[in-house]
Amino acid sequence: MGNLLYNYEEAVALILFSIGFMTLLFHKNLLRKLIGMNIMDSGVYLFLASMGYIYGRRAPIVENGDVSAEHYVNPVPASLVLTGIVVSVSVTAVMLSLAVRLYERYHTLNLDEIYAAARTRREHR
Amino acid sequence: MEFIRNFPFFSVAVFLFSAVICSVLKPRAARIWTVAAETAVLAFSACVLYYTWSTGEFFRYNMGHFDAPWSNQLRAGVLEGVAATGFSLILLLSHIGGMRYVNADIENKKQSAYCTLLNLIGAALMALAYTNDLFTGYVFLEIMTLSSCGILMIRRAGRTALAATRYMVINLLGSGLFLLGTCLFYGITGHLLMEYIGAGVATLDATGDYAVPLTVTIGLVCAGLAIKAGLFPFHTWMPDTYGTATPTSSAVLSGIVSKGYIFLLVKIMYRVAGVNTEAMTAARHILYVFGILGIILGSVWAMRSAYLNRMIAFSSAAQIGYIFVGIGLGGTAGFTAALFQLIAHGLTKPLLFLSGARLAESSGDSQYFADLQGAAHRNRAAGAAFTVAALSMVGIPLLAGFPVKLYFAIASVQHGILVDAVTLLTLAVSTLLNALYFIRTAIRIYTPSVRPAEKNESQVVIDKKSDPGLAVAAVGFALAIVSLGVFPGSLSSLITTGLSMFA
Repeated sequence: MGNLLYNYEEAVALILFSIGFMTLLFHKNLLRKLIGMNIMDSGVYLFLASMGYIYGRRAPIVENGDVSAEHYVNPVPASLVLTGIVVSVSVTAVMLSLAVRLYERYHTLNLDEIYAAARTRREHR
Repeated sequence: MEFIRNFPFFSVAVFLFSAVICSVLKPRAARIWTVAAETAVLAFSACVLYYTWSTGEFFRYNMGHFDAPWSNQLRAGVLEGVAATGFSLILLLSHIGGMRYVNADIENKKQSAYCTLLNLIGAALMALAYTNDLFTGYVFLEIMTLSSCGILMIRRAGRTALAATRYMVINLLGSGLFLLGTCLFYGITGHLLMEYIGAGVATLDATGDYAVPLTVTIGLVCAGLAIKAGLFPFHTWMPDTYGTATPTSSAVLSGIVSKGYIFLLVKIMYRVAGVNTEAMTAARHILYVFGILGIILGSVWAMRSAYLNRMIAFSSAAQIGYIFVGIGLGGTAGFTAALFQLIAHGLTKPLLFLSGARLAESSGDSQYFADLQGAAHRNRAAGAAFTVAALSMVGIPLLAGFPVKLYFAIASVQHGILVDAVTLLTLAVSTLLNALYFIRTAIRIYTPSVRPAEKNESQVVIDKKSDPGLAVAAVGFALAIVSLGVFPGSLSSLITTGLSMFA
């Protein structure tokens, strides 16, 4: 329990990840699924960002000729977060365009209703 | 010869640049350009395969000016060469074979975009085959997911948008799990290059530290990739996806996209998590069980399908199950069987989709079995191609499907009576079920049609259209299937050599 409080950022990140994952898996509304995906990704980025920071260290830019690595944090997690954000933005864009197309065709965003409509129309090909 | 060491990077770069260029070309030019790029990458991959096989060693290729662990790295051995050659060959043949359908199914102004997407898939596949960096793996995994969604939804007909949504949702779940697993690996070991993570994991496994986080991490990565590959029970997107896409897309998605994920998983097993660490052994056992279930249930569902593409799609679920059974069995024999199946299925399934599309076209554009009756008489070449692929799926000797089953049987013998019995029984049942639905279909397409003559007359006219692309692809695939069936030893010895230098 002590560890959990000490690592509260990671704990929150995993809770966010689980909320997002469950929303993506179980919600019927496409937009909510999409929001779930974004929450899930945010959880991962929070996790990475909090792991990448070590209390008391400086940003990885050399100041006053101090080149010993112990005084700086590792820049890699931050760059991973940036890359990840770019990826999730592209995924969100594609999913939103899909949502638009589904809405144009079926006039709803509820996936159950869309399946039902597709079944009654016998859309196999 | 040393110059060949650049080819893994060239393979990725050629596809990436060609994707950009295709987006501004006219459709016809984009098609020619893409086929040229695919051919070039096939040649690069074959050179890499020959180079690593003849030198007997793998090589690393540093991206940027720094040495490991600070650089981003590619790594090529015999197995990477086999995978890259197989993937690029299947991509090229699927593209050529389905070109006429792409032209018919997709609006003219989007044809260049389709070529762009195919190039991006090619780039992602090459990157997954060669990368030695877990996070690069993730990025290209997402590029592949996005572009495969693209080649699916670009056909604006029927339920493609719905199929694409389903496909994306399942894939995003998989990507999310994989990303979290990657971050946890980084958190535990402080590295992103596979071998360095692997060294950290080996130390942790030996000392027993961080046992729970390690198990969770390995579980997340395996689950993420298995979901993306479509392992039972996450195969539900397959029928819609493969059923509604244009034949080239179905062929590419089933033949190589899902295989790319599995290849990355095998790489992670060997290089990152260790095949035989405690956590990975547990994960492999779970994959084995789902693989067995997938084989049986996939075949049962395939048998109950009402139309052709749905049957082929469910049979894909069963065939993916085979690969995971091989991974679960483990050892050189198990992985050889799994990787042989990866290539053999990759060559067979596109042929089924392409020739099936042709048969459906000659049956009034209907995929239903009743309408397909006599289709092989309306189009003899497509009928023959379909039959070769179908018999290979059943596992008839002299075709690629037979050595697959043989290797699985050999691999299962080394694991005690229970695993042996379960695997052999599953192989037997699955062969029987495969035979039931594939041979039934083959018989049906050769049974003369009893439908009214006037309906067929109009179809015969359509059917006489020549399709040189499909002919080239069908001959290529069929030759590959037969040569794998007649000389399975050449590929399996390449895979065994590759596995020995894979870790």
